[in-house]
Amino acid sequence: MTQASDVGTAARGGAHVYEEGCPTTPTVHEVRSEEDLLAVRHAVRAATLRAGFSIVDQTRVVTAASELARNAYVHGGGGTVTIEFPDRNGTPGLRLTVRDDGPGIPDLSAALTDGFTTGAGLGHGLGGARRLMDEFEIDTAAGQGTTVTVTRWAVR
Amino acid sequence: MSSASSNGVPILRLGDVLVTGLLNELDDKSAIAFTEELTARITTDRARGVLIDISRLEIIDSFVARTLMELTTMARLLGARVIVAGMRPPVAITLVELGLQLTGVETALNAEQGMTALGWHRVPAPPEGVMRDTSQ
Repeated sequence: MTQASDVGTAARGGAHVYEEGCPTTPTVHEVRSEEDLLAVRHAVRAATLRAGFSIVDQTRVVTAASELARNAYVHGGGGTVTIEFPDRNGTPGLRLTVRDDGPGIPDLSAALTDGFTTGAGLGHGLGGARRLMDEFEIDTAAGQGTTVTVTRWAVR
Repeated sequence: MSSASSNGVPILRLGDVLVTGLLNELDDKSAIAFTEELTARITTDRARGVLIDISRLEIIDSFVARTLMELTTMARLLGARVIVAGMRPPVAITLVELGLQLTGVETALNAEQGMTALGWHRVPAPPEGVMRDTSQ
């Protein structure tokens, strides 16, 4: 109990207040199986609650996480999702870094186009995740894996 | 007849309508199994309508959207009409932003309105005691 309240005090001392007693240190989640996809969704949902997101923003971020994690699992042969809690002038945010060591994306602009798919989805994953988040970065090359970093800021 | 399906939600038959739902924990394997089970039940139960309650779904990603669209098309090919009922407002907002419109999927605000669209109407409850044994 003492430790929990210490964490709360530390959070209050920061630029913004996350829910008391909840750690905001980055966490890394493996994506190697279907069960892992569910676990990632749960972890991201918990993180959006911690960051104080509205129910619509929670839904946006968890949906984007689901799309990106599934991409890493299906196209990248598995990977990791890192959840971070950035801060922008006191506005809490949530950043997801989805990394895989798969074949990479040879034609990025095609992959970002709605309706483009090489797998079993609808081809809205990458472009859709981009629209659901405030910031979107992708680092990929043929044969060098793919890293997608997305951030959403809590509206205050 | 109404044992829990592969999806964890029973498929109930009410007249010529099958009533079922999706849980939040839908993964690829259970989605495929659910599709197979529901299409089989449409045939064996000679269903003309299917109500799928999605009020438990906290998100619909492109995989679940695709499952719903395919289910609707398969059921239509078998002669049954599907209504997807109870989508949460944040899910509707997110789906549109994602670029998905669930084209071809008929929807209803909730299960009750969905059932009405499939031809079911509320009838007043019978007066209390009407079915009691009166032989005494």
